[in-house]
Amino acid sequence: MLRYGTRPLGVGDGMISARQIKVSFSPQRSPVLDRLDLQVQQGEFVSVLGSSGCGKSTLLKTIAGLIIPLSGELQVGDPGSEDRTEIGFVFQDPTLLPWRNVLDNIRLPLELRSVSVESQLEVARECLELVGLAPEDASKYPRMLSGGMRMRVSLARALVTRPEILLLDEPFAALDDMLRQQLNEELLGIWQELHQTIVFVTHNVAEAVFLSQRVCLMQTGSGRLVDEVEIPFPQPRQAGLRAEADYARLVDSVSRRLRETVR
Amino acid sequence: MKTTPRQLASSLAPPLALLIVSVACWQLVVVIWQIKPYLLPSPGNVIEAAIKHRHDLVSAIWWTGRAAGLGLTISILLGMTTALVFSQSRIVRRSFYPYAIALQTVPIVAIAPLIVIWFGEGFQSVVLVTVIISLFPVVTNVTTGLTSIDEGLHDLFQLNQASRWQLLVKLRIPLAIPSLVTGARTAAGLAVVGAIVGEFFTGASVQDRGLGYHVFSAVHTLQTNLLFNCVIAATLLGVGLFVVVSLAGRHLLGRWTAEMETH
Repeated sequence: MLRYGTRPLGVGDGMISARQIKVSFSPQRSPVLDRLDLQVQQGEFVSVLGSSGCGKSTLLKTIAGLIIPLSGELQVGDPGSEDRTEIGFVFQDPTLLPWRNVLDNIRLPLELRSVSVESQLEVARECLELVGLAPEDASKYPRMLSGGMRMRVSLARALVTRPEILLLDEPFAALDDMLRQQLNEELLGIWQELHQTIVFVTHNVAEAVFLSQRVCLMQTGSGRLVDEVEIPFPQPRQAGLRAEADYARLVDSVSRRLRETVR
Repeated sequence: MKTTPRQLASSLAPPLALLIVSVACWQLVVVIWQIKPYLLPSPGNVIEAAIKHRHDLVSAIWWTGRAAGLGLTISILLGMTTALVFSQSRIVRRSFYPYAIALQTVPIVAIAPLIVIWFGEGFQSVVLVTVIISLFPVVTNVTTGLTSIDEGLHDLFQLNQASRWQLLVKLRIPLAIPSLVTGARTAAGLAVVGAIVGEFFTGASVQDRGLGYHVFSAVHTLQTNLLFNCVIAATLLGVGLFVVVSLAGRHLLGRWTAEMETH
């Protein structure tokens, strides 16, 4: 049973509510997601942590509506709202169109929604600034950009529809450590400003602990979220958090719990 | 990157030196063994014939070039249209595509006389033979380009509820441009072959005497020196057409190339 934001307001329903979701790509193979439960409240920042191949990306694509589950109940969006909830999706690769410059790449989602060109450009420029790109980058082509800048463009494109839900699929996995940390801080800044509901998929424990309010651990093989850790550090978080002993202890504890899911 | 005159000179010098040495050897061989001119004319003899027949040769290049150029243009336009239909209808593609492949293997020299019987001994038959030989590389390359799937970009368009039309115009067609350029380059080389084969069979009845006619008549009158000039002219024409298409392709691919070179 699938519902997108047309459900009457109910107590305890969040922005994303997945119950007993099952996804399978072939009847011969065991399901990728099996009786998976996930609740995300409005404005919450949740990370899904797991090793590669455990089905994290599949979960994200299912929430986005790219994959239709075999069974289970999935409700995405504000239960009180009649409109379809806007979802922003940041892929693992920047997935930019090489024949379009930065600004034209960012405004693509609006173009597909037949928004007027003036407002496309206006919103695209705002988003360009929001992700830390300079106005003169607008006319550059993807091939002229570094990996980090391409990812910023990809993030700006996801933000251009002003989504209530932002789904990120290991967006910074291909970047070096320093750049990833910097982009983590900037992503938190954007979340502080716009208060989207964020589901962030990663295999990096430190990243998940630094960013999110809650970390869900996904088990390889079972296709389920088997453990959950609340991250108590207050917002807004600064880079200095990484130097604190409490942070290091929590990263270590989450790492151990993640290892236990493999056994 | 600009090439300085000195760099140009240093890259041109070795092939030029080889050409001079080869021509000198050729002259020596003819003189030493006193080879009859109808078997192997000397370089001087060939140049003499070129000067004598210069008007015929220039007009032959013009006519053959026109037939090849017109045939190539029709092939590119018709090929793109066919590929577009193939990409949009699975049933049409699956019915016609095997024949499109099979027809490529039918030798053009076997079809050309048939074309002349059906369409007369005129310019139109020459162009038609050119179209037949140069059409298929365009059809197969563009169809492959249009039907190839980039999963990430496809997901991006699906997430934004792109219509079938938007998907075609904003994603599939731009993605197929590099394939079109590849197909057109192959077709350019074949177009000159097609035009000459066509002229071969339309024979002397055509007023517009192209290179194919001169090859045919030079063989029958044992004017080997003229035959040599026809071969050189046909080669230059083929290279010329290829260069024109390549330059147009490079211009069209300006935004793609840098990306492709890194792959």
